[in-house]
Amino acid sequence: MDTTILLFLLQDGLTNGAIYALLGLALVLVFAVTRVIFVPQGEFVAYGALTLATFDAGRAPGTAWLGLAFGLAATASELSSERRRVGLRRLLQSLASTTAVPLLAAAAAFIVAPMRPPSWISVLLTLAIIVPMGPNLYRIAFRPLADGSVLTLFIASIGVHFAMTGLGLVFFGAEGVRARPLSDLVFSVGPIPVTGQTLFVYAATILAMTALALFFGRALLGKALIATAMNRLGARLVGVRTEMSGRLAFALAALIGALSGVLIAPMTTIYYDTGFLIGLKGFIAAIIGALASYPVTALAALAVGIIESLASFFASNFKEAIVFTLIIPVLLWLSLAHGPADAEEGH
Amino acid sequence: MSAPGSHKRRKFAGGLLVLLFALPFIPGVPVYWFTLLDNMGIAALVVIGLVMLTGVGGMTSFGQATFCGFGAFTTAVLTTRYGVSPWLTLFCSIVVTLAAAAVVGLITVRLSGHFLPLGTLCWGLAIYFLFGRLEFLGRHDGVAAIPPLNFLGLALTDSRSIFYVIWSFVVLAALGAANLLDSRIGRAIRALRGASVAAEAFGVDTARIKLVVFLYAAVLAGVSGWLYAHMQRAVNPTPFGVNQSIEYLFMAVVGGAGSVWAGLLGAGLVTLLKETLQRVLPFLAGAQASFEPIVFGVALVLTLQKARGGLWPWFDSLLPAPDAPPRPPDVPAPAARPQPRRGDALLIVDKARKQFQGLVAVNDVSFTVKAGEITALIGPNGAGKSTTFNLITGVLQATSGQITFRGERIEKARTPAIARLGIARTFQHVRIQGDMSVLDNVALGAHSRGSAGVLRAVLRLDRDEERQLMAQAARQIERVGLGNTMRQPAASLSLGQSRILEIARALCLDPVLLLLDEPAAGLRHMEKEKLAQLLSQLRDEGMSVLLVEHDMRFVMGLADQITVLDFGVKIAEGAPMDIQRNPAVIEAYLGGEA
Amino acid sequence: MNAPLLEISDLHVAYGKVEAVTGVDIAVAEGAIITVIGANGAGKTTLLNAIMGVLPSRGGIRFAGEAIDQTPLESRVTGGMCLVPERRELFSGMAVEDNLLLGGFLRTRVERAQTQEEVFTRFPRLKERRRQLAGTLSGGERQMLAMGRALMARPKLLMLDEPSLGLAPRIVADVFEIVGALRDSGVSILLVEQNARAALRLADHAYVMELGCVVMQGKASEMIADKRIIETYLGGTHNADLA
Repeated sequence: MDTTILLFLLQDGLTNGAIYALLGLALVLVFAVTRVIFVPQGEFVAYGALTLATFDAGRAPGTAWLGLAFGLAATASELSSERRRVGLRRLLQSLASTTAVPLLAAAAAFIVAPMRPPSWISVLLTLAIIVPMGPNLYRIAFRPLADGSVLTLFIASIGVHFAMTGLGLVFFGAEGVRARPLSDLVFSVGPIPVTGQTLFVYAATILAMTALALFFGRALLGKALIATAMNRLGARLVGVRTEMSGRLAFALAALIGALSGVLIAPMTTIYYDTGFLIGLKGFIAAIIGALASYPVTALAALAVGIIESLASFFASNFKEAIVFTLIIPVLLWLSLAHGPADAEEGH
Repeated sequence: MSAPGSHKRRKFAGGLLVLLFALPFIPGVPVYWFTLLDNMGIAALVVIGLVMLTGVGGMTSFGQATFCGFGAFTTAVLTTRYGVSPWLTLFCSIVVTLAAAAVVGLITVRLSGHFLPLGTLCWGLAIYFLFGRLEFLGRHDGVAAIPPLNFLGLALTDSRSIFYVIWSFVVLAALGAANLLDSRIGRAIRALRGASVAAEAFGVDTARIKLVVFLYAAVLAGVSGWLYAHMQRAVNPTPFGVNQSIEYLFMAVVGGAGSVWAGLLGAGLVTLLKETLQRVLPFLAGAQASFEPIVFGVALVLTLQKARGGLWPWFDSLLPAPDAPPRPPDVPAPAARPQPRRGDALLIVDKARKQFQGLVAVNDVSFTVKAGEITALIGPNGAGKSTTFNLITGVLQATSGQITFRGERIEKARTPAIARLGIARTFQHVRIQGDMSVLDNVALGAHSRGSAGVLRAVLRLDRDEERQLMAQAARQIERVGLGNTMRQPAASLSLGQSRILEIARALCLDPVLLLLDEPAAGLRHMEKEKLAQLLSQLRDEGMSVLLVEHDMRFVMGLADQITVLDFGVKIAEGAPMDIQRNPAVIEAYLGGEA
Repeated sequence: MNAPLLEISDLHVAYGKVEAVTGVDIAVAEGAIITVIGANGAGKTTLLNAIMGVLPSRGGIRFAGEAIDQTPLESRVTGGMCLVPERRELFSGMAVEDNLLLGGFLRTRVERAQTQEEVFTRFPRLKERRRQLAGTLSGGERQMLAMGRALMARPKLLMLDEPSLGLAPRIVADVFEIVGALRDSGVSILLVEQNARAALRLADHAYVMELGCVVMQGKASEMIADKRIIETYLGGTHNADLA
């Protein structure tokens, strides 16, 4: 192996690692705020990528309908959990928060799609369709289980993953697609070619991380989210609604997922079930960060990307097996470091 | 849970079993039924193990299908490539599965909290990918042309004939699992979820018990894989992936992961649902049967939301109610420990000190507990009582100082070792397993007095010892006055009764010294009086007691000797009358001059 | 006396089958300090948590003239109730300043800035430590931060659960002095304490709880001399002088 190949592998690993880092951050965020180990994170990636590719093909994506369905289901779930009688006002209020954005996004999608809009409009529409699914999903699946153990939430999370993968197949079919790149730029740095798309990936990752850092470091709402994660009762006592925090966390997760999907859609062929594996790599990073540390997660994600890239060169057959095996010693170390103190809880 | 059911219930189960095994002889039963039943049986084997592991033992596994893979691939390779007889490979499949599970399990059971299920997910994925990439396992295509099982020269090639083999294994596995749960080891397994700290305090090596359950579940999965290989006559990696593992978990959740029978129910219902979906959905939704995972996922979430305990409790209520089982027969207890003479110094705490970073929680505290007396350690909140207690019980290690019990230094000893010396404790926050009966909870206290292991339990060879332990438990329950609650689930007791249950459990250890951690906290007036009565009765019978307590009034009429702590320092020591008059104590309790 | 700010009638709180609070009636007059004293496990903390809405309860809770027994915790905060819980429940990984800011989560930016200045005047110690993580504070400072955070919400009623818990006597004196000053600035206070003497000296009116019930009530100044109070704490009969 020569330096060129090594550099190429490194670059490839870094690009994937950046995506994993974004997903890992979303997982840490969701877990910290809601205790949900968010397995379906990867589905948002696939939905994002496939939605964008469908726009590229000049069609309105099925996810537009799905978003509407999620919204209606969320309202149904929300209202059915309320004991008092539900009036028309409450119904409209709920619909406004669950279904209004998906409705607008769907309408825009059906109008705009046949006009073959420029990439950036497709990207915005994709985000507008996918992001509201996050909070609605929280309302449908996780809010009613909010008092459950981490394990109950985890199993529910796996159920949601199953359902969303299935829905992905229904709406997008089994064929893989690739989206148009956001830019056709290609240039070379030394011996390796660099595409505009990879630059987008790096830029978006850095931007998203900076935005998140600012949101959590400066904005009161961001601090309220951290506070919920740190001390649920404490947050409630100052008037932060945990439900609001949950929805916000899921919205951010969906945003990050869809954004990642949009970024990788032009670089690799995406199938309805590709998201799971991509999400899992972010997941590994999040676990290495003990589902708690953002910086460790980001670094771990880059490491996972690079290890995977090297493994695919040296032992391509065993790439996945290697990545997933590497995590076990980390888990062991985390268990020993955190002690068995939480063993009595969580059940 | 696994309590021996009623007469009626047994008849019902027996009838069901006869019907099941007579099914092939009933003319006109469609072949499709047997295919369905075979699939149910294959799944049920895995789910029985998963129920033990997840529902009872509290370790959620997202990798159970992996062990089916080990069982299946072992027989596939051995029979096709080396011509080994299928019956012989059963043994090989079990050994290979055990070996794999031992390696994976040794790491897995050490994972704590949610890291454990995450760990199972990771090795489940890793091994699945490995199955698909290994040359000698045929990579993604797997192994074909596996010979069928043979029985008395008859090849079991169709679903009707292999049906007997599969369901014999299921029945054996279910009975074995039920036997195991109804034993000394079984109580330890059941205590893992919710009362593992208590189990440790009574001499249970919880890490070992976890591994035992893990291996047991893996072997059942391995056998299931072996059966699958000979039923399908071909294997590839797909049915051993994480999706399949999750499906097994789903079965356990739907059934209600608490009992073996619930597992059978879950396996049956989900297999039925799955097969039905596969037949019906293509008609409803066109050729692609992609609705199956959607229905599955939604059903899983809905089950969790609407029936977190699974469907078994509802099914259970339809069956004839179980009879109240009789009190265990009175047989002599295992050999008792020699008790010390009244008045001997039993426990000597000498300048015990505990520092957490800068904070001195216990500051060179010394006191002595004499045999046959009730000694109380009291003080306001935050005085260092609990920390002192934890030093004596080995939960925390002292920074400096000595703790001597019957002449033996114990300040460095670990909890199970201290239990073996005859120090039995209760907990400030009651640590009992609410689903288990009062009797079983108390019998956990006698764990270290028995020796029967898994094999003896599964084969029901532990009955003599078990009778001794149960008799001992029943005696202690009666001794503390809970005799009429013996068969109730422990969760049905009031707080006061729960605390008394903990005392009975401690007595089961045949202790020399009883350590009680705030036994009166949260009790009502009447309950406190009852507790005080019980404690003085125990003292009259020769028991030595050290109690840590906040409630001064409770202690005053009861203790022989009192040590008072405040801010980690001993501020007074003596008989109750003197303590009551001590100005420093009044100050500590009523608050300083504000 | 005006209509009470908080009125509790026949309140029951149960953990599973066990009732921890049984039929409690309590009133907090506007601008007064009311204390609830009693031994460990008497149900005092449970009572406060139920009033705040941390625990579900049965019975009447009226606050500022409105029945709030069915409203969720967060709405009770909006309404002007604040609880400083026994375990403080601070955001220990955040700076003191951020803890305070979050205390004013429901207030406007201007209100937050203003109230923070007031809190800093009242607790100069917190100003000194504004950049320090809450988890690194001493016990007394943590209690001050918890109170400061609660004040940021500008409550009408401040409920304090064992503010003296685990604090050295000198610090307890400081904390109680501040509680007194808060009353003088118009905040009504419901104080749950084990440090009976200090609480009775400060309060206007007192309730004694035992086993989930109110067993005595009266003017704090009269109760401080009551012999039965001594028994509640030390049991038996003896003649230690309390006054």
